[in-house]
Amino acid sequence: MSHTRRNFLKFMGLAAAGLCAGSAGSALAAAEAGPVRAADALKAKRWAMVIDTTKVGTKETIDVLAKACHHAHNVPDIPTKQNVKWIWAASYDEAFDQPNDHGNDAMEKREFALLCNHCTHPPCVRVCPTQATFQRPDGIVAMDYHRCIGCRYCMAACPFGARSFNFMEPRLYLDLNNLNKEFPTRMRGVVEKCNFCVDRLAHGKQPACVEASNGALAFGDLSDPNSEVRKLLREHYTIRRKPSLGTEPGVYYII
Amino acid sequence: MLEKALKGSPKYYLWIGFLLLVIAGASSVYITQLIHGLTITGMSRDVSWGFYIAQFTYLVGLAASGVMIVLPYYFHHYKKFKDLVIFGEFMAIGAVVMCLGFIVVDIGQPQRMLNVLLFPTPNSILFWDMVVLNGYLILNLLVGWTCLECDRQHMPHPKWTKVVAYVSIIWAFSIHTVTAFLYQGLPGRHYWLTAILAARFLASAFCSGPAILLLVIMLTEKLTTFKAEAEGVATLAKIIVYAMCVNVFFFLLEVFSAFYSNIPEHMNSLIYLFKGLDGHTELVPYMWTAVAFGLGSLALLIPPKLRDNRKLLPWSLGILVIATWIDKGLGLLIGGFNPSPFDTVAPYWPTGKELIVSLMIYATGALVVTILFKVATEVKQELGVSQKPAVSLETEA
Amino acid sequence: MKLYNGGKIITGLVIFLGLFLTPLAYNAGKAAYSQPKLKLPVNEKECVESKEYMRKNHMQLLDQWRDWALRDGKRVYVNSKGKEFEISLQKTCMKCHTNKAEFCDKCHNDASVSPYCWDCHIQPEGLKK
Repeated sequence: MSHTRRNFLKFMGLAAAGLCAGSAGSALAAAEAGPVRAADALKAKRWAMVIDTTKVGTKETIDVLAKACHHAHNVPDIPTKQNVKWIWAASYDEAFDQPNDHGNDAMEKREFALLCNHCTHPPCVRVCPTQATFQRPDGIVAMDYHRCIGCRYCMAACPFGARSFNFMEPRLYLDLNNLNKEFPTRMRGVVEKCNFCVDRLAHGKQPACVEASNGALAFGDLSDPNSEVRKLLREHYTIRRKPSLGTEPGVYYII
Repeated sequence: MLEKALKGSPKYYLWIGFLLLVIAGASSVYITQLIHGLTITGMSRDVSWGFYIAQFTYLVGLAASGVMIVLPYYFHHYKKFKDLVIFGEFMAIGAVVMCLGFIVVDIGQPQRMLNVLLFPTPNSILFWDMVVLNGYLILNLLVGWTCLECDRQHMPHPKWTKVVAYVSIIWAFSIHTVTAFLYQGLPGRHYWLTAILAARFLASAFCSGPAILLLVIMLTEKLTTFKAEAEGVATLAKIIVYAMCVNVFFFLLEVFSAFYSNIPEHMNSLIYLFKGLDGHTELVPYMWTAVAFGLGSLALLIPPKLRDNRKLLPWSLGILVIATWIDKGLGLLIGGFNPSPFDTVAPYWPTGKELIVSLMIYATGALVVTILFKVATEVKQELGVSQKPAVSLETEA
Repeated sequence: MKLYNGGKIITGLVIFLGLFLTPLAYNAGKAAYSQPKLKLPVNEKECVESKEYMRKNHMQLLDQWRDWALRDGKRVYVNSKGKEFEISLQKTCMKCHTNKAEFCDKCHNDASVSPYCWDCHIQPEGLKK
């Protein structure tokens, strides 16, 4: 009888070896290819933003920033309370939790640009059940729209109201002939927010709002004592939104 | 045992058919939601959770409440609850099914739901809520079904069911604690950011849950030959009234902390709910209804004479359920989201479509509970235990 | 050996087999499957990896690309020949494959798969209302 146990084992051994060789071959081929960081990308240990509210302190000037940002990221303009926004204007009382019934006139009239604070201890990242929102090593709180299940827990957790949910198909409210074709739109059912322009930083460009601000906004590395943001923070009195909550916002306001 | 749910009176079939019809009809609205998104709801950028999550929160309480029967029975060998235990467990199954349903209809990308398992994230309370809810569902199915089957075969319950029942008792506390943790760990939502929230959730659950259970059991008594032991029912009513007292007490603690400290963030949600804020008084009548019904239920349940009046009891329990449903449902949710992070008020009210989708989930829960209770009462009838004194062979459900 | 309820079982089996084989019956007599003709880029001869590799593995590659670019912040792909490409569906893939309908959809339609890349990403031929 030719079908002995010995022969069977030999055959199995050969087959196993063949399988190993096959997978090793494909592993070798893949070992060559892989991702690297772009050489011209801007790098930092902790990105931060300083907004000079004396320079950009009206609805009109902030709208310029919002327009640049929302065009760069294909953010729809929805005229209901289910709207989406990444950066917008708000009054002193809306922006900061330090009410003053008898504040000075300048502060009463001034508008403040609000956006995601990219907190050092982001509550949104803490609560996300799928790591769809996560913190990058450079401090940017990013969103992975491919992974978001739309539970909106992050919206309840964010004390700054920085997040928007796509209640409906966003493309219904976008000018489809005037899209930024370098950036995607979103789909219905996911949460979105400001991404500190990671897509632009990766190509050595400053964030869209900073570029549009005529120098009123500064963006840089908070951990570098010689950076522009650190220089501004040394020279001016700045405040952050809701510091008592311990989230350590990365956006500073010159008052 | 499930075959017992297949044979019933015309009335039983009519009810099942009605529920299926409701589910089918309402699911057409859910399909609209799947196509157009959550824009069909009344939710907004500022009030990002609404009626769905409010129902979810309330029903976790119903799921946890079975423990008020199971705990005295297993830990204290309180035999008067013997005939109620299975109903507590089966009610919990129906409640968890509804909880999971409300989560599914609330999320924006339900087809990606399994991402929660694919990328398990222990720092998210939602991950743990998923774990404890599904675990509780399995525990109750396991114990309830096995024990009923053994009763039917005249066999002693296997020893492991006792262990699993003990685990499920502790587990019941965990599901509602974890659900409270969903809320109470969020910075900047002051109405939720309070250490007593989990305790409030449990107190509210342990009065409202058994109240719903008792109402359904009284209905079961009307429709079947089943008869619960009077003393057991009286004890359960006592448990309900104690839990409601604790629930009201805990709420008043919140009121004291907020108003004696005079800290605006702590007061504003309460002011919005009970008095109105910035001209927004949408929820005021609704909240005062809860107060009136809550106090009314206490007035009707604390005096033993009124509590033991079986004609009055359903009404007392009914208004208790409404009061807690308002307080822990929309009151908790909308009060938590208002004032918004910008110190503004964003009113919310569910849309008709939102309510119809919710009806779909409630009908599903009712279907599960009907089938399970049908099986349980049939088995009890077969065994001749816990039956009405004059056994009539005609069953109505 | 006696087959109990034989009539019912056999009827059931026949019905099952009938339903099971409907796809075969439906396609019987139709022309054999032929690979769709794709419109290949005019100016570019080589993709980021070999044609065979891309045909077989483009979905895995895109899946990895997404995580590398978005989650790891590594936006440059070095291919097996050492050539560098920017990791971007819209800016790299679709710069050469300038028409989704003429390229992606051809095979996807035949294979009855509908990846939802384009629910967010913008196809080069533009979006229509």
